[in-house]
Amino acid sequence: MNEQYNGSQLVVKALQALDVKYIFGYPGGSVLDLYDALFQQSEIEHILVRHEQAATHMADGFARSTGEVGVVLATSGPGATNCVTGIATAYMDSIPMVVLSGQVPSNLIGDDAFQETDIVGCSRPIVKHSFNCRHAEEIPTVLAKAFFLAKSGRPGPVVVELPKDILNPAQFFDFKMPENIEMRTYNPNVKGHPKQIKKAVSAILGAKKLVVYSGGGIVLSNTSLQLTQLVESLNAPCTNTLMGLGGLSGTHPNFLGMLGMHGTLEANKAMANADVILALGARFDDRVTNNVQKFCPDATIVHVDVDPTSISKTVKAHIPVVGCLATVLEQLQSAIDASKDRIDRSAQEDWWYQITKWREQNCLSFDASGEKIKPQEVIRKVYDITNGEAYVCSDVGQHQMFAAQHYPFKNPRQWINSGGLGTMGFGLPAAMGVKVAFPSSEVICVTGDGSIQMNIQELSTCLQYGLNVKIVSLNNRSLGMVRQWQDMLYGGRHASSYMESLPDFVKLAEAYGHVGIKVDTRDQLDEALERAFSINDRLVFLDICVDESEHVYPMHIKLGSVDEMWLKKGVKA
Amino acid sequence: MKRILAILLENEPGALSRIVGLFSQRAYNIDSLTVGTTDDQTLSRITITTHGDDRVVEQITKQVNKLVDVLKVLDLTEMQHIERELLLVKVYARDEQSRAAVTRVCDVFQGSIIDMGKQSYTLQMVSGKDKIESFLDMLRHETDLIEVVRSGTVGIGRGDKALRS
Repeated sequence: MNEQYNGSQLVVKALQALDVKYIFGYPGGSVLDLYDALFQQSEIEHILVRHEQAATHMADGFARSTGEVGVVLATSGPGATNCVTGIATAYMDSIPMVVLSGQVPSNLIGDDAFQETDIVGCSRPIVKHSFNCRHAEEIPTVLAKAFFLAKSGRPGPVVVELPKDILNPAQFFDFKMPENIEMRTYNPNVKGHPKQIKKAVSAILGAKKLVVYSGGGIVLSNTSLQLTQLVESLNAPCTNTLMGLGGLSGTHPNFLGMLGMHGTLEANKAMANADVILALGARFDDRVTNNVQKFCPDATIVHVDVDPTSISKTVKAHIPVVGCLATVLEQLQSAIDASKDRIDRSAQEDWWYQITKWREQNCLSFDASGEKIKPQEVIRKVYDITNGEAYVCSDVGQHQMFAAQHYPFKNPRQWINSGGLGTMGFGLPAAMGVKVAFPSSEVICVTGDGSIQMNIQELSTCLQYGLNVKIVSLNNRSLGMVRQWQDMLYGGRHASSYMESLPDFVKLAEAYGHVGIKVDTRDQLDEALERAFSINDRLVFLDICVDESEHVYPMHIKLGSVDEMWLKKGVKA
Repeated sequence: MKRILAILLENEPGALSRIVGLFSQRAYNIDSLTVGTTDDQTLSRITITTHGDDRVVEQITKQVNKLVDVLKVLDLTEMQHIERELLLVKVYARDEQSRAAVTRVCDVFQGSIIDMGKQSYTLQMVSGKDKIESFLDMLRHETDLIEVVRSGTVGIGRGDKALRS
């Protein structure tokens, strides 16, 4: 007779078969059987967080840095609802994640039982798909489908609801993992349509002012090398979105910097003046386009995306190509190489001349002559001291934009941030997820005094699992980005953007068993960074007091075109 | 512009609410919605009538198509098609005069009387939206309406082409 397993063991067996090494979660009544099954094996390590939101962000950070599926386990009711922000964050940035949520026993579902919520219903608008698992026998198939959906096509989070009764330790079933997952309703496009590829190539080679605009899709699809090859073979200027940073190395001569609201002047100018834009795995987010009506009026837009709904959603694509980037980039490259047409090099020379003029304005320069530490100089020093090799996980706010602007990311998956949803509280748990995946790498959480307090309880998890991340907090005693908008758009009225009664972060770090270092003045900064980055066996919390009046520049002028920007306070480009 | 979408999807719990949720999330209005299983018990078919310009409808169609449960989506408005709706209406028919009037209207519109009470007739009609509305107008002219139930439109393409798995 075959060995048989109970529902909880089936979950564990299936996860092992799916090569899961880590689960981020928090126990509770409806999943205790599953926790017991996890306890009795050693292939999968469970990381106990202090709040389920952090579990989702950790799984997210793990997934972003490794490209694997991040796995979360939460109990029913409040455990599940605490996951919602993390699921939404992953959904907006297309991150592969599977959230296993407990549920009350089947016979109590719908009775408002203790710790019951309809988590499949709650999460419906923010998942790629969800499953109500109703029988123990179907657990392996459901999990195999959940993982397949999470990571294929346009990746995204998948929720699996597991009622307590199907996890029952007293009922036993055969374990059979499906060999192939076939879903008749789910067939993401892989190959770009040959006619569209032909049109795209003719537009690209006919361009006089080409710009490659690549987004998070480049990172998700592991096509950074192909992108680099394409950019180099065309000698095209290339800009990455916030989500695409590292897709083309930040130090590559063809890299124009990030585009969009806080992008560089040269990237946005190039976009606005381009005659052909090759958009790769980017979705024309409103933080990129500014006023859609004024967006790149003269450009022929070639848009490659695996998700047809992203194409022509906000900006009309003239040449849409639906397909996986890896395949489409291969198609484009071979068609370009085989084409008799060649890009007009003399027109391109003029184009680069123009771009160099924009670059010379040095839009990311800042004034560091005052007494107060500038946040930009901290990021640049962190870049220097880490040789640009660290994983940088940011929270959300000014510090996020400073990190995106001033830390040139060499590699994809090196920059981890909540781009689409803009989730404050993401940074620390995401960094922890990266550290779990890469324990010997330098992992930095760039944060601020506002963001860090949103999931600060995870300092406790860091201690338990020895997750020695470096927290670089740019402390400006305020919600910096909110304050900046209030300065620029609300007559300087700082409604609720001031953080009164901040904790002593050094003592707080110490209370959790870590090292805290406070930096008040510029003359302390280098030494503090040296000390912080020499400590590898402890978590270090650097609380750096920066100039609270500093704004992030450049910045789009509200409702303007993509290149209408503020360069400094009161100075338009 | 009015649109009729025919959607073939997995007959699974939650599949319908994903479709409805998608419309409400994106603030697209549903004018009518009908759903039932097909000859294949594992598949359901939905007919949704909605309205919007080409851009909106393109987005709706793409978004519906993107749902993992959805097998196929067809915009029936773009092709020759048949649309039908079922109407059940209860009207006052207290005296000979009103009964005769209701019966006459029903005959002219090719509806049928399917039930009667002491003071009422219940009528049925299967037709397109315009004819159903004319029928109701005419009944209103002759007597008072007590209760109106409409199924919402179901639609199918003309000719041999079919929406199948």
